[in-house]
Amino acid sequence: MREGVAYTGVPSKEELRQAPGVPSQERMRQGRVAVIECVQEIPCNPCESACRFQAIHIGEQITDLPRIDEEKCTGCGACVAACPGLAITVVDKSYSETEGTIDFPFEYLPLPQKGDQVEAVSRGGEVVCPARVLSVKKPKSYQGTAVVSIAVPLEFVDEVRSIKRLCRS
Amino acid sequence: MRQIETDIAVIGAGPAGLSAAYQAAAAGAKVTLIDENKRPGGQLFKQIHKFFGSREHHAGVRGYLIGEELLTQVKESGADVMLDSLVYGLLPDKSVGVIHEGLNYSVKAKKIIIASGAKENYMAFPGSTLPGVMGAGAAQTMINVNRVLPGKRILMVGSGNVGLIVSYQLMQAGAEVVALVEGAPKIGGYGVHAGKLRRAGVPIYVSHTIKQVYGKEEVEGVQIAALDEHWNMIEGTEQDFDVDTVCLAVGLNPMTELAWMVGCKFDYIPAFGGHVPLHDRNMETTVKGVYVAGDITGVEEASSAMEEGNMAGVAAAESLGYLSHEEAAVKKEQIQNRLNVLRSGVFGERRKSSKEKQLADMESYQKGEMTR
Repeated sequence: MREGVAYTGVPSKEELRQAPGVPSQERMRQGRVAVIECVQEIPCNPCESACRFQAIHIGEQITDLPRIDEEKCTGCGACVAACPGLAITVVDKSYSETEGTIDFPFEYLPLPQKGDQVEAVSRGGEVVCPARVLSVKKPKSYQGTAVVSIAVPLEFVDEVRSIKRLCRS
Repeated sequence: MRQIETDIAVIGAGPAGLSAAYQAAAAGAKVTLIDENKRPGGQLFKQIHKFFGSREHHAGVRGYLIGEELLTQVKESGADVMLDSLVYGLLPDKSVGVIHEGLNYSVKAKKIIIASGAKENYMAFPGSTLPGVMGAGAAQTMINVNRVLPGKRILMVGSGNVGLIVSYQLMQAGAEVVALVEGAPKIGGYGVHAGKLRRAGVPIYVSHTIKQVYGKEEVEGVQIAALDEHWNMIEGTEQDFDVDTVCLAVGLNPMTELAWMVGCKFDYIPAFGGHVPLHDRNMETTVKGVYVAGDITGVEEASSAMEEGNMAGVAAAESLGYLSHEEAAVKKEQIQNRLNVLRSGVFGERRKSSKEKQLADMESYQKGEMTR
């Protein structure tokens, strides 16, 4: 099967490497930073105006890919819920000696609770490892989208992008 | 027959019709907005996802909230809204035949804006008439408007944005989407929408189609097969899924009946869903005083429909003298710029070139008329 987001719905390693919204590994190790996995030129720019630190740049041509300024980004996460494509996470590889964190958008009920043990999944939906829920935020400004923060072993931080949906009953 | 007189009759209260009615009424025209449904909004109120675009397109706001805002604007603008009112005909004297609560009305207008939208395409395969096979748009209405889950285990056909978005919303409503099947070798819609499905564990099969749906009284299962480069099924690649529902998101076609009836000239543009009325930059058709906006002019999406509605509303109000040419020119330029943005990028290219062709064909038609 051919690789890449247009064939599988999952951006390839190469597409992610070239995405101007994906910060460097060094920056992720320094602390919280937005990871914008936006690899297709679509007319969309809410992430740019969601950032009050001007750390996300798209410009006049709104089909241009968002570029992250990793020095300006504080990892506040305002862009995570603002992205209609749910393509932004906040990653922190400095969380502890052994663990990193991922904040990701989540729009399914029921929501997980702080302290829950959940199953972390990859971009392709495969279960990667267990995860611990650190927080679940859903202020009004997120317009219905919850942002869930989880901790996972450091070696899985690049792979994990969400959690398995929870049972409704 | 009861008579209603108005400046501008707008047919269809979806995103295009609402925008057109607002623009024209806000300029001071007497506007009558007619819709067959009991509630206005067309398909806008079932769009529970956040829209794309930029701030002036309400990007990042969920579709139904954009609809509510628009509806408030229309009410404040003073437009009359006739709901539960079926338009059955459009006569050459620009009178609109309407049935409302069993009574026949004739709405006589100086200008008509047709914003009738589009309907879903169907696809035939063995078992396609079984209960449980339905349009993705129908499924979306069931979950997001009527709050009824059409099924528990669903297979989606079609990877355009409709197929991708409705699959996601079916999962949000509590269903399991077992797979998404696409005949083309590539996913048609935005990768980010597809990404939501993949993270939720939904496999996407490109270059695949439905071979058959089986079941006694209703859908009990579905068989898919891979396609070769000529779109022929490859024997031995069949896979079966245990499902109770199959949703079809295989495109839409414009609802053009009223435009045909009133004598508009047409183009055939496959990328726009088939036959579409010729129109100029003001959205006016080859029949003077008859405008079109939204999916009837070529299937695009809600944001473009709203901008086309804005354009038609401004142009119709201008032609009746409610806006000066200078005022109208400023508004029209802003609207056109917003439309251009929505038709930009890799996903907008085909819509952009199709719209250019449609406008060019209109121009050559008008030239032909002048020399005749």
